[in-house]
Formats: sequence, C-alpha cells, structure tokens
Amino acid sequence: MSGIPAAAPSSVLSRRFPPVAELTTVSLGLVVIGGILMASYAPRRPPLGAPVAITVASAVLLLASAYLTSRVRPFAWDRFFLVFRWALLAYVISAGMIGFAFVKDHVRGAPLAVVFVMLVIFALDVPLIIAFTVARYSSPAGYDGSLPDVSQPA
Amino acid sequence: MTDVGNIQAGAVGTAPVAARPTIQVVPLKGLPIVAVVVAFVIASIAGNWLWALTFCHVVGGGLWTAIDLFVGLIVGPILGRLSLAARAEFTARFMPKMVLLMPTLVLMTLAAGFQLALKLGNLSPASPNHAWLVVSFCVVGVMAVIALGVLEPANIAVLFEMRKPNPDGAVIATLMRRFVLTAGVTGVMQVATLIIMTRVATL
Repeated sequence: MSGIPAAAPSSVLSRRFPPVAELTTVSLGLVVIGGILMASYAPRRPPLGAPVAITVASAVLLLASAYLTSRVRPFAWDRFFLVFRWALLAYVISAGMIGFAFVKDHVRGAPLAVVFVMLVIFALDVPLIIAFTVARYSSPAGYDGSLPDVSQPA
Repeated sequence: MTDVGNIQAGAVGTAPVAARPTIQVVPLKGLPIVAVVVAFVIASIAGNWLWALTFCHVVGGGLWTAIDLFVGLIVGPILGRLSLAARAEFTARFMPKMVLLMPTLVLMTLAAGFQLALKLGNLSPASPNHAWLVVSFCVVGVMAVIALGVLEPANIAVLFEMRKPNPDGAVIATLMRRFVLTAGVTGVMQVATLIIMTRVATL
C-alpha cells in the first residue's frame, strides 16, 4: 500500500471528450421539469402538451449522448459497462418506486404513458452520466500510449 | 461539501506516504439496510399509512438536510485544514458510505412526501399549501440535477480513481472541485427547503 503519488501531467485529464455528460445532464434536467409539471397537477389530469414536448427533447438529447459515447475510441469500455449495469439496476429500482406511486394514485392512460417514458429516460440518464464520468478518467484496457482528442466526431 | 475536495494535485504527491485503506465503492454490508428501508417505503405507499409516510418523509428529509448542511458547513472546512494524508484517508472511508446513504434518504423523503401530500390534500389547487409544494418540487428538482448529474458521478469516479494502485491526484482534484462549486447552491436550496416545509406544516 502506498500513499497517493505525485500528479504527473495526466493524459487522461488532458484528453478532450464530446460533451456526453453535459448533454445527458440537460436531458435529466428536462425530465425533472416534466416530472414537476405532471406532479404539480396531481391528483387532476395534467395537460400533456408541454410534458410531451419536454420528454421528446430529453429523449433526443439522451440518444445524441448515446451516439456520441458509442463513437469514442479508445475508451475504457470495460469500466463503462461495469458501472453502467450496476447504476442501471439502482436507478431502475428508483424509477420503479416512483412509477409505483403514480400507479397507486390512479394515474392512467396517456399521462401514465408519459410518466413511464420519463422514468425510462431518467433510469438511463443517470447511469450514463455516472458510467461515462468514471470511464473517461480511466485508461482504456491495454492502452499505454498518449490518448487522442475525441471531442470532435471522426 | 465545501472543502472536501481541496486536494491539490501537485501537493498530493509531496504528502507523507501513508497506508491507504482498501476502498469498496459500494459498501455491500449496507445493501440489506437499504433494501429494508426501500421495502418499508413501498409498504407505506401501498398501505397509504399516515404514520409510516410521515415517518419516512420527516426522518428522511431531516437527515438529508442535516447531513448536507453539516458536511458542507462543518466537516468540509475542517477537512480542508487536515493534512493531505488524513484528507485522503477520510475521503476513502467517508465517500463509500455516502454512495449508499444519500440516494436512500432522497428516495425515502421524496416518495413518501409525494404520497403524503396527496393523502393530506396539500396538492389540491384549493389547498393553501399547493403553491408552496410546487415551489418545493422546483427546489428538489434543482438539487436532484446537481446531485445526480454532477456530484454522484464525481463521487464514484473519485472512488474508482482511489482504488487504483497509483491514483492520479490531478484527476481527484479536478473531480472534487465540483463539490466546492456546487456547495453554495445546495446550501441555499436546503435552507429554502427548511423554510418551505415549516411553512407547509404551519399553514
């Protein structure tokens, strides 16, 4: 066991990435806003125009983040998937509990469908942010040289 | 968590070499406790039990707010004045516990709170508490985005970095800076929560 060693100029730290965490955090913020809009009408039936528009925008950002993540090479994919699957398990349980509360409170039909899609996005957003953050600061397995700038798609 | 992350990259390397504890990112011994708490919250919602919902909301919310403010205002500044080796050791032991504790408290507070508000009629537009509760949703929303999108990823990434045989002090310092940057917002939001909730309880 040793102490924390000196910080040499770190190729992991200086390497630039596409704004995956930022986009996914905005996506998360949008579903939170949508959730607040829906919850503020409870127990009445909420108007769905704004929540649906927000959900679509959030889904687009999540998909864009997933696409940008898939293009990163080289990347610590082993670390990414290790963290992603455990975080996904945790946040599926969280989202399931929130969904359960809405079902229990007799939310039905289109509002329930919108809530369900928001919860799916929520349950994917958080693991993606956590896994990407962990993986971006990890060296890709078997990669020893300097790491390329991947902030711009190839 | 104001100064928790004040580990300067260059200085870390000059710290006296100290034995580092083995870091478990998620403390497995705590998982059964979390499972019991989650099961209790689900049962409270399913049964719509006033006492259990109130218990979950008040206990969870009280601990969440108190821990957040205590760590940010008391522990953080003390930690900032400790030796680098002490700071690293404290962080290695403290942060894994926070990985389990805080999400559990947040889930307990919010799920029970929403159900409680519905049961008591506080969410009804006719209720004088309706506007206060919508404001509290917004406050919690801001805290949720900061916690889930900024702080929790940094917390877990730091723990992974500290598990490495040769952790990079610069990476840890970069990640921990997020705690310093968001501490003010989180503190203001927690004080706002205290004001809103005491208003709701007394209207």
